[in-house]
Amino acid sequence: MTETLTNPVLTLLRLIPGVETLSDGMQVLLSGFLAGVILFAFIAVFALYAVYLERKVAGHVQDRLGPMEVGWHGLLQTIADAIKLLNKEDFAPKDVDTKLFTLAPFLVFMTALSVFVVFPYDSQVSIANLNIGIFYVIAISSIAVPAVIMAGWSSNNKWSLFGAMRSAAQIVSYEIPVGLSIICVIMVVGHMGMQEIVEFQGGGFWKWVIFRSFPFNFIAFFIFFLGSLAEVNRTPFDLPEAESELVAGFMTEYSGMRWAFFFLAEYGNMLAVGLVGAALFLGGWQPPFEFLSFVPGWLWFILKALVLIFVQIWLRWTLPRLRVDQLMYVCWKVLVPFAFVCIIGVGLWEVLT
Amino acid sequence: MTSEEIFAKLKEKFGDKILETDTEAVQPIATVDPASIAEVCEFLKNEPDLDFKFLNCLTGVHINKVEEEEEEKLRVVYNMESLVIKHKTALDVIVPISKPNVPSVTSVWKTANWHEREAYDLMGIVFDGHPDLTRILCPEDWEGHPLRKDYVVQEFYQGMKVPYPEEEPKQEEKEEK
Amino acid sequence: MPEIKTEDVYIELGRHPKAGFAAEDLILQMGPQHPSTHGVLRLECVTDGEIIKKAVPKIGYLHRCFDKHAENENWQQVIPYTDRIDYLASMNQNFSYAITVEKLMDIEIPERAEYIRVIVSELQRIASHLIAFGTYGLDMGAFTPFLYAFRDRETILDFFEKICGGRLLYNYIWIGGVSHDLYDGFKEECMKFLDYFEEKIHNEYNPLLSFNKIFIERTANVGIITPEQAIDYGLTGPCLRGSGIDWDLRRDDPYSIYDRFDFEVIVGKGEKGTVGDSWDRYMVRIWEMVESIRIIRQALQQIPEGDIISEKVGKVVKVPKGEVYGRTETPRGELGFYLISEGGKGPARLKSRSPCFSNLCVIEEMSQGYMLADLVAILASIDIVLGCIDR
Repeated sequence: MTETLTNPVLTLLRLIPGVETLSDGMQVLLSGFLAGVILFAFIAVFALYAVYLERKVAGHVQDRLGPMEVGWHGLLQTIADAIKLLNKEDFAPKDVDTKLFTLAPFLVFMTALSVFVVFPYDSQVSIANLNIGIFYVIAISSIAVPAVIMAGWSSNNKWSLFGAMRSAAQIVSYEIPVGLSIICVIMVVGHMGMQEIVEFQGGGFWKWVIFRSFPFNFIAFFIFFLGSLAEVNRTPFDLPEAESELVAGFMTEYSGMRWAFFFLAEYGNMLAVGLVGAALFLGGWQPPFEFLSFVPGWLWFILKALVLIFVQIWLRWTLPRLRVDQLMYVCWKVLVPFAFVCIIGVGLWEVLT
Repeated sequence: MTSEEIFAKLKEKFGDKILETDTEAVQPIATVDPASIAEVCEFLKNEPDLDFKFLNCLTGVHINKVEEEEEEKLRVVYNMESLVIKHKTALDVIVPISKPNVPSVTSVWKTANWHEREAYDLMGIVFDGHPDLTRILCPEDWEGHPLRKDYVVQEFYQGMKVPYPEEEPKQEEKEEK
Repeated sequence: MPEIKTEDVYIELGRHPKAGFAAEDLILQMGPQHPSTHGVLRLECVTDGEIIKKAVPKIGYLHRCFDKHAENENWQQVIPYTDRIDYLASMNQNFSYAITVEKLMDIEIPERAEYIRVIVSELQRIASHLIAFGTYGLDMGAFTPFLYAFRDRETILDFFEKICGGRLLYNYIWIGGVSHDLYDGFKEECMKFLDYFEEKIHNEYNPLLSFNKIFIERTANVGIITPEQAIDYGLTGPCLRGSGIDWDLRRDDPYSIYDRFDFEVIVGKGEKGTVGDSWDRYMVRIWEMVESIRIIRQALQQIPEGDIISEKVGKVVKVPKGEVYGRTETPRGELGFYLISEGGKGPARLKSRSPCFSNLCVIEEMSQGYMLADLVAILASIDIVLGCIDR
């Protein structure tokens, strides 16, 4: 950890009286616990209002109002839903493999939670500023695959199994174009730490990576965005939970709080890819113009991510879903070749200028 | 072609296999010997100037007895038409209830497959040569054929009581008294 | 698509199926509780991974034995039961039954009643096709068209509610006429709706779903029914016309007063793929809505004043002895009633030849070799209603 950065967790930790008397190991444990609590609260609150946003956007796209009854313009609707979910019976069907069945939702949620550690929320604020930040994000997000397979296999349901297999194939495949498009960014910046990548993009929106090595990084951004849609199972790539084909995919047998964890993870992942996209391509916490720097950096960061999330929602309520073979076609025969072209383009650009 | 011409053509080809024709009714109909219904249908479908490629409907009927001594009879009605020549006709066959066997016309029109299964299921007509003559609408282990006039619903189906208890409210009233 | 066998795949990979590597087939029960079987249909699928080797429809979960009910009721009492055959197009079912009985009674019904019948059954056709359009979008993963369809269907249901009180099951078209007259101002309201709706088809439905690239990829060249197959399996309605066969009872065997209207019969042309694919069947429905709008406009302009129910039909309907096969073109195809009267107070035998029953039986043959997601597309393109299949 770089000493110059403000670490919100350590700041909080120092506020606890008598913390200096604890051993180093205990301090590390305590800080990890604190980070977990903070991120969980952050994601949970975000998910509640992302669901609200999704329903409102869906409502207006579909020529209706969306939730209106609970609270002002339905603001408390999702909270009421969450309370309902919490009250549900902790239920597991008879023939499931109980250990895996119980473990899977938490594992999925854990991966969604872990990636938030490395994001640069502001110029000095980051929970853990790893020098391999973006590599860490890619690595951690892959853990979701075995977790999803666990969920599908242990449910002892053919629809779940189909969903899990589709999900595994999809996430593994789409990591390649996403990874390749991220390489384009790393080639421009020359560093893998998230904070460094954002700092590199300072001084106006034309300095953002998306406008560097034009048009190669521009294309790379679209490849990243499409790939990330597939990685978080959003329409038109929502095959793993395609409700009209697979009932609910790998989540078919889940209910109540366990299901809510999948749900939280899904919205957590949405936010994560939004934040990664904002940090890598859209300048993270950097304002688009110098004179706007009085607005706090974290606000810019969240706003940019929210724009990407809005586009995700917008696409979801507009487009139909692809078929499995078409999904693979898009990945291997369209996105991957284009990503390679982008890498070559960016490389040449960097060498020649 | 008018019904008279169609039936004349059938009689010319099949002779006394066409038992009876009725061209006066609202719906002209020819009664065919049950044993040769498949051949007649085959002919109707493949003859170029008849061209009955389309089977509209296949109906099983339980004929109400006119006289007491008469044996009960089942009947199958075939409605067909040609989409090209735009004419239509109807055939029927009559079989005794004790031996309700009719040759299947599934080989002529594939749509007859499900219609015949339905007639078997609800009326108990057995179609010889049908590839898969099983119940289609009722459960496989259902007893009886519901559309027969003498059908009585079974008491229990897999332990569940089937007929609606119509008399029960009255019994409760009696108990109250 | 050719049938794909597991053995062939293994032989291609250089392994003999008997060598112990052959995969087992997966038997997948799709339904009776499944989001996209449109009711309680069960498809018994034998699959090899995602590829369907065989899909056998199992029906009967909604069987109410309509035929038996009809035998125990009198002539008018059958009409509410016909409502429930295809609950998404009840007007057309009433219409079909009324026409069958009238054919046997050999009566003329008042002009105004004829026009009202045509108007309501064409409005019903639009409402029914809207559901087909909406649920097709839903099955393809697009949620929004569904709600657009329901928004516009709502207006039609409001019309029906004002006319006869019912929103889903109407009991409106009676033997000899209709039960209620149109209300004042219906003509203007309906004309306004038709103008609004026609614009919506062209500017909202088609760009959003019909010509969406992903939607075309999913439906074109999927579930092809050849014209020969379509006739052999007794398909009717949009399924038959989607296969390129120019056949519509409204034009080719005109009943009621359909011969007075100028409209086109829409036929699938294979614009985006092969003739008879799912997209063709879907698109036939979309353009049929436009043609229905044309018919309603003409009917509204021509409608005369007068009685709405024939005076020859008394309180007790008397139907002479005889038998007849009467049919109309419902949104899903040819709904026929085979009616036998023995001069009694009700039908001696009433068989309903429902369109969905015949349309569905083709699925076993045509679904082989497609993927699981395609099966959903094929099923939705046939536009089944389980009430209509099971009766």
